[in-house]
Amino acid sequence: MIRAVIVMSTEGKSRLARFYDYQPPEKQQELIRRLYGVLSSRPEGVSNFAQVEAIFGPDTRMVYKHYATLYFVFVFDSSENELAMLDLIQVFVETLDKCFKNVCELDIVFNFNKMHSILDEIVFGGQVLETSSDEVLKAVEEITRLEKSASSGGPLPKSVVGRLSR
Amino acid sequence: MGSQGGWGQSKEFLDLVKSIGEARSKAEEDRIVLQEIETLKRRINEPDVPRRKMKEYIIRLVYVEMLGHDASFGYIHAVKMTHDDSLLLKRTGYLAVTLFLNEDHDLIILIVNTIQKDLRSDNYLVVCAALAAVCKLINEETIPAVLPQVVELLGHPKETVRKKAIMALHRFHQRAPTTMSHLISNFRKRLCDNDPGVMGATLCPLFDLITEDANSYKDLVMSFVSILKQVAERRLSKAYDYHQMPAPFIQIKLLKILGLLGSGDKQASGAMYNVLEDIFKKSEPSSNIGNAVLYECICCVSSICQNDKLLKTAAEVTSKFLKSESHNLKYMGIDALGRLLKRNPEIAEEHQLAVIDCLEDPDDTLKRKTFELLHKMTKSSNVEVIVDRMIDYMISISDNHYKTDIASRCVELAEQYAPSNHWFIQIMNKVFEHAGDLVDVRVAHNFMRLIANGEDDEGAGSQLRSSAVVSYLHILAEPKLPSVFLQVICWVLGEYGITDGKFSASYITGKLCDVAEARSNDDTVRAYAIAAIMKICAFEIAAGRKVELLPECQSLIDELSASHSTDLQQIAYELQALLGLDARAVETIMPYDASCEDIEVDRSLSFLNSFVNQSLQNGARPYIPESERPGTLNISNYGAHDQLEAPSHALRFEAYELPKPSPPPIPPALLAAAPVADLVAVPESAYFSTEPHQPSEPLGGAAMSPAEHGLRLRLEGVQKKWGRPSYSSSSSSSSSSAPSVSAPSAQKPANGVANANGAAAAAGAQARDSSYDSRRNPLVEVSAEKQRLAASLFGGSSARREPPPAAPPAAGRRAVKPVATVVAPAAPPAPPAGDLLDFGEPSPPPAAAAAVDPFQQLEGLLGPASAASSQNSTVGAVAADLLSLHADPPASLAEISLPGKNPLAEISLVGPAAPSSPVVKKGPNPQDSLEKDALQRQLGVVPSGQNPNLFRDLLG
Repeated sequence: MIRAVIVMSTEGKSRLARFYDYQPPEKQQELIRRLYGVLSSRPEGVSNFAQVEAIFGPDTRMVYKHYATLYFVFVFDSSENELAMLDLIQVFVETLDKCFKNVCELDIVFNFNKMHSILDEIVFGGQVLETSSDEVLKAVEEITRLEKSASSGGPLPKSVVGRLSR
Repeated sequence: MGSQGGWGQSKEFLDLVKSIGEARSKAEEDRIVLQEIETLKRRINEPDVPRRKMKEYIIRLVYVEMLGHDASFGYIHAVKMTHDDSLLLKRTGYLAVTLFLNEDHDLIILIVNTIQKDLRSDNYLVVCAALAAVCKLINEETIPAVLPQVVELLGHPKETVRKKAIMALHRFHQRAPTTMSHLISNFRKRLCDNDPGVMGATLCPLFDLITEDANSYKDLVMSFVSILKQVAERRLSKAYDYHQMPAPFIQIKLLKILGLLGSGDKQASGAMYNVLEDIFKKSEPSSNIGNAVLYECICCVSSICQNDKLLKTAAEVTSKFLKSESHNLKYMGIDALGRLLKRNPEIAEEHQLAVIDCLEDPDDTLKRKTFELLHKMTKSSNVEVIVDRMIDYMISISDNHYKTDIASRCVELAEQYAPSNHWFIQIMNKVFEHAGDLVDVRVAHNFMRLIANGEDDEGAGSQLRSSAVVSYLHILAEPKLPSVFLQVICWVLGEYGITDGKFSASYITGKLCDVAEARSNDDTVRAYAIAAIMKICAFEIAAGRKVELLPECQSLIDELSASHSTDLQQIAYELQALLGLDARAVETIMPYDASCEDIEVDRSLSFLNSFVNQSLQNGARPYIPESERPGTLNISNYGAHDQLEAPSHALRFEAYELPKPSPPPIPPALLAAAPVADLVAVPESAYFSTEPHQPSEPLGGAAMSPAEHGLRLRLEGVQKKWGRPSYSSSSSSSSSSAPSVSAPSAQKPANGVANANGAAAAAGAQARDSSYDSRRNPLVEVSAEKQRLAASLFGGSSARREPPPAAPPAAGRRAVKPVATVVAPAAPPAPPAGDLLDFGEPSPPPAAAAAVDPFQQLEGLLGPASAASSQNSTVGAVAADLLSLHADPPASLAEISLPGKNPLAEISLVGPAAPSSPVVKKGPNPQDSLEKDALQRQLGVVPSGQNPNLFRDLLG
């Protein structure tokens, strides 16, 4: 199963932290800190995998992808396939991109609850739920629509800083 | 920006994010966040907060907590928000609680009711939100409260809901399988769901279930195969395609499941071959996800029953991975190679260069993966190259976790495949030196044991020990040795430092004093050091020489006598007492080289029988076993004391601790382990328990003599694996050159025979014959690059590449190499050996002189293997010469079968029985108790709880 999904900035600030088995907040911070230590020491142009058993315990693997100013990190166990997880990150980011129309770090910071909703449509209780970004988008839009029908709304806040590139 | 947007962030929140983003230091960020927390605390508790406002506060709380600050003051509000009717607020509430709470949190009880209600909601989004919360927040106790509704949702018209319900059930199963056991059939049913997505979701729990118990699901093999076939044939709608691959995630899960089901099942495997072949053909190797499926196919092929055609295809794909430019694919390739190796060890050959590239890759992940692969490929023919590489890597990294990992791999490989004990000692020295504090202390104990009786042949054994002594005397000069390593060094010096007469007692004692001096805050090392000094003094006295304590030694003893550690104190006093004993007594209590001798334990204390009988005749009441005594707590079924009969006693002494009925066998033959242990042997108890000279029948039943053999056998088991490969002609000649120069003739051939057995077991033995010589090159010639390294790692094919002339010189060098540190280019040993021999003579030259000369010459033993050439020959030569002098065989290697805590406990039981017994009284007599205790220490047996495990792996 997937143990954790973490999005953090290249400066080590967490932008999203989802642990599928409960970790107390202090522990979460420590894990993220140590994870950042691993990520920041990875040279350019190497694999997207890193061994994290020292941090997350036995039978854990980690796949990360670096987009502009953000790291997207999936931590999971041997029941998942590393390359497939890499693609799942891709699905996640694609969906974010479609959802925010050229997603940037600020979108994520200001709308991290929406990012949670998106993630919930992709990974559910530690298992892969949906791998088609269109399907995810559809589901999220439906939620948005229904939610909006209950409350007034307007356009999303938009900023141009730090566009994500792929 | 104001309060705008469907996700409704206010200006305040934007400002907060902005100011945090601009914060220049962590302290500044913390200050801002703390301020925010104060604001939130105040606002959130105001009466009549508007709901939308509250929602924003909750999101800000989530944000604050994500940054690592405590937001628990607001949890209750998040819980309240889940009760809200508005979908938006409810979802926010659920999101917040799933992030804030764990399943055992006190507030969960307030949510369960809401969840129950929401699971029945007409709005599927509400249901989904509740299911998400169920996954995270329901624990074993609350599962029954929601289980019926979740099961009901398996029939929900919306496929998303069905999917999520399955996953929630999966979660329940992970968390508390028992609550779910009657519902497992639901997963099978859902496998036939009309919606492929729901079917795919079912695969996750099924995968877990099949991992636990594959046999119950064999009937599904055909279903899985046919699903996989349909998916691969693109029978699913286009919507399930991902990067032109049909439902790759479903394929991956199915392949994983088939791998489990087909493992060791010919019939099931047979059903899969076609579809696997199909997928190999159809998967797109240009996309990442296509490779993921291919990789999963390889895993599956390597796990199910062998099919040569598929294996071939898998090998081809693996080779494509390895040749790829992408590090990710290389990583997968190395992993796949490791899996395929199990099936066909020759597969690695063709990829040797790729593997070596990976070993030198800047990517640490890849490097580690490659070491894992090498670990799997290790055999006796390449162990030296691989372990050398691993040690270099181990030295280069700083991460303790991986250092420990690599160190233990090195130890494991070295223990399993070491071509010679000398090499093994060198490797262990390096491991201890660079990762000493990280390796398991058991490794050190095993190692000491190996030095004590690792060689079947006594000559080789003492040679091994003297080379260890020499190397350690040299290593001691280095600063900052890890504690464990120092313990090993002290132990070896104490046991064998003066054995071969090369070094004088005062020299070794001086060195040990230095160690104790330098490690004044490490009681364990000090205990090892002082115990070693004691042994050396004992050997000297036993040999009839007069012991003159060095002044620094005397002051060390004085200091330790006043130590805060009672263990150290005790050893110091014992040492002092020992110095006053005569040779015979000392020899009895501290026999030479007896660390692995057997200690007979007379658990029935039969030597007390006459005393007991006498007491009975004098009118004492017979002993009543504790369990039969009226009025005593009848807790123990401890009944082994029929022979001991106690006179009645007015006072009843309760044992402090009831012993376990059957003590685990403890093997530790480690002298100075004693002071470390919490439980230090009380002299009296030690007296009984270690009575080795009593003509008593060993209570351990037939254990005694078989135990001896048992141990030997076990060691041989280890030994066999150490075999050099079946280098029958060339290397046997090189190894037989060894005895001719140095060792007594029996030793090497004997070794060779044993080794041949081990090697015969390894596959592809013949191939190695030829490659064996060439593989040596990389170590010797620094310039000989990858090809050679490859050759040494993989054997076989490399022989083809190497020009034939390369072989003979390599063979020559082989003789010089670590294995044969003893061997040496025959002639030269004369002058340096002379030095050493002189030095080794009984009249010791001044220590200073010794410090200069032999060490330089022996440096090679420690340094990189290449340095081990001519200088080492001296060791061998010396050792050989000494061997002839040194013929005493402390041959019996026997298991020490002293029970763990038992002796102590038994004594406490005997206590009331024989309060006036002269035998018991003997304990306090300082000399006797010292003798016994010392013997016990000598034998390294300490009744401590920790010890019994020490050699479990060695002793089986």
